[in-house]
Amino acid sequence: MGKKTLMLGNHAIARGCYEAGVTVVSSYPGTPSTEITFAMTQYKGDIHAEWAVNEKVGCEVVVGASIAGARAFTGMKHVGLNVASDPLYTASYAGVNGGLVLAIADDPGMHSSQNEQDSRRHAIASKCLMLEPADSRECLEFTKKAFDLSEEFDVPVLIRLSTRISHSQGIVEEGERIKRDLPDYKKDASKYVMMPVFARGRRVFVDERDRKLVAYAEKSPFNVIEDNNSDIGVICAGTTYQFSREALGDKASYLKLGVVNPLPVELIKEFAKKVKKLYVAEEMDPIIEQHCKAIGLEVIGKDLFPTIGEYSQGIIREKVLGEVKEHSVFPEAIPVRPPVMCAGCSHRGLFTVLGKLGVMVNGDIGCYTLGATPPLSAMDTTICMGAGVSSLHGFNKGRQGDYENRAVGVVGDSTFIHSGITGLINIAYSKSNSTIIIADNTITGMTGGQNTPANGLDIYGDSAPSVDIETMCKACGIKRVTVVDPSDMAETERVLRQELDANEPSVVISRKPCALLKGFVKNKPVAVDPNKCTGCRVCLKVGCPALSYKDKKVSVNKNLCVGCGVCGQLCKPAAFADTVSAIDNGGND
Amino acid sequence: MNTVSIMFVGVGGQGTLLASRIVGNVLLNKGFDAKVSEVHGMSQRGGSVTTYVKYGDKVYSPIVDKGEADYIVAFELMEAARWVEYLKKGGKMLINTQQLSPMPVITGAAEYNSDVIDKIKALGIDVISLNALELAEQAGNDKSVNVVMMGVLSNELGFDKSLWTDALRECSPKAALESNEKAFELGVNV
Repeated sequence: MGKKTLMLGNHAIARGCYEAGVTVVSSYPGTPSTEITFAMTQYKGDIHAEWAVNEKVGCEVVVGASIAGARAFTGMKHVGLNVASDPLYTASYAGVNGGLVLAIADDPGMHSSQNEQDSRRHAIASKCLMLEPADSRECLEFTKKAFDLSEEFDVPVLIRLSTRISHSQGIVEEGERIKRDLPDYKKDASKYVMMPVFARGRRVFVDERDRKLVAYAEKSPFNVIEDNNSDIGVICAGTTYQFSREALGDKASYLKLGVVNPLPVELIKEFAKKVKKLYVAEEMDPIIEQHCKAIGLEVIGKDLFPTIGEYSQGIIREKVLGEVKEHSVFPEAIPVRPPVMCAGCSHRGLFTVLGKLGVMVNGDIGCYTLGATPPLSAMDTTICMGAGVSSLHGFNKGRQGDYENRAVGVVGDSTFIHSGITGLINIAYSKSNSTIIIADNTITGMTGGQNTPANGLDIYGDSAPSVDIETMCKACGIKRVTVVDPSDMAETERVLRQELDANEPSVVISRKPCALLKGFVKNKPVAVDPNKCTGCRVCLKVGCPALSYKDKKVSVNKNLCVGCGVCGQLCKPAAFADTVSAIDNGGND
Repeated sequence: MNTVSIMFVGVGGQGTLLASRIVGNVLLNKGFDAKVSEVHGMSQRGGSVTTYVKYGDKVYSPIVDKGEADYIVAFELMEAARWVEYLKKGGKMLINTQQLSPMPVITGAAEYNSDVIDKIKALGIDVISLNALELAEQAGNDKSVNVVMMGVLSNELGFDKSLWTDALRECSPKAALESNEKAFELGVNV
């Protein structure tokens, strides 16, 4: 018996990789997948782990490692697979030498994402095997087995996760790491050089492989029929198995699919025969449902269950049994509590200035996306990683020049490295008069603080070569590159006005470390002199969670305030003192 | 035994993750099947956050739905009101009366609800309320509100105290262990 521990699904994936003898891991952070790769650092010595520049690079690194014979892994969020899909779709043709596994974390309900895409679509399109674990124990078990399957069928294997699987801890029994000899690397152009003449041959292989994978899905121990009451049958996978099992218990029978691409045919038909009424419970797209209908089965799916968002046992209970748990309701409306920039956030000063300038802000993905919400409300667009740079150029061209002096693109440091550099080269090369702001907080912030190729530290926290962002921008062909400290709002405003007025492309690097970083030096909290505060509430426009307003006076939560001083810069009557003690000395009573 | 469902509700940054690790550790060592579901990413940034803890002979769903929670541990007052619907009939709420204003209240677009505890009690709900921030400060660390609340919860769940103190030692950052131990004790004595 191995050691039993309570483990996040993500950590269990990492453990599965370790036990399977993985030696190379390369990923870009992305909620809800990030902890998988960071957890690999505990296996230093056995596994080389790294933060890749982006998901495409990460995927290409592990494809190379697999060709070399290593067992290799990359993890990413669902939209990360869009970035990595280019290597994946062709790596599927080339197949593997050492087992190659990718974990893709979907985010039904969009807890921390810009869309709700269903990664099973990628598995279908790339013709890869896809497994879907339903708890932490299965995360470990399926991952470990995925490497064997990858080698057996010569296919990259995708593991589909979702927020509730990735970020739930469940009990896991640890096993030993297998001993695996590195197989030889053999040059084989017909397998690894995917030019037309060879790719056509592999295309035939992929078709044959598809048939073998369906046969595997029919017999896979990961596809399980649980016979209970035959009145109700539910086909489900991952979270929807857990929700259905909890809601319906023994009142239903279940076909729990652990292999979600390709889907079995005979197994599903066999299950359908056993039950009177057949439901398909799947979050997001009706993929299993459409498969069932295509093989001639009558099933109840999205006509009954929601097409949008995350499911729960309550939803299954209500839709299938018509039962709702009794509960109390608070008798009045409760103000929403949206996420906000932290107290001391380096982006606050920048977005306060952008709001004041009233410019069009072409945004990107990161903590600074919170600049879109009230009271800052200083962002016009957010589409995907990198669009903060490239789309501004398109916007400016689309406006035929009338916005060039009143539109900026904002991109974070990590996002700039991920996919902003190419867009910046495009700006310079296309002679665009665009102004890009790189909001450099020296970390990948929103995903919890991962090191980046520009902060001089690797995934282990050891020193690493660092991209010099100023030099990089200049090398891209941008002549005007300025660095500002966004906590000095007057200077930030002056520089932005100057760069917007310039009739050539420019980059402003707004640089201040994230306030959540270890080693961030907090100042003493500020305090408000109630005798001076006129209650004008101008300071509240910075959207700081450490400020509050009561009895027509602003006050500061000293537990949250880190003394960044941004609020005080807006205060006309100078009611903000530097420190609490300064106020005390002021003797206001 | 039936599955017991607990929700931790609060504001991103209040330490619901550490709280869930502590109770998870207790449940593991007690030999239960358990699931602990956390929230990471964007909603952590000062938003309303929930953590689900479930244990029993066999736990399926990792989340708690409306009308299912045996206990709701609220780290902040307004969040207690927000999640009341998730409490099972006959369930109990453990509420830190500390108030953290959400952005619409800070900017004056909305008002912080008044008399929250009374309104919850008026629904016939069993409530234990306390100012956990005061107790945390008394323990020497205003960040240990989460551990104070674990002390209060430990009284309800009724496991051996040593399980909790062991879990606290295992999960606490070393520098905060002493204040966390004090904070836990102050919670137990509420």
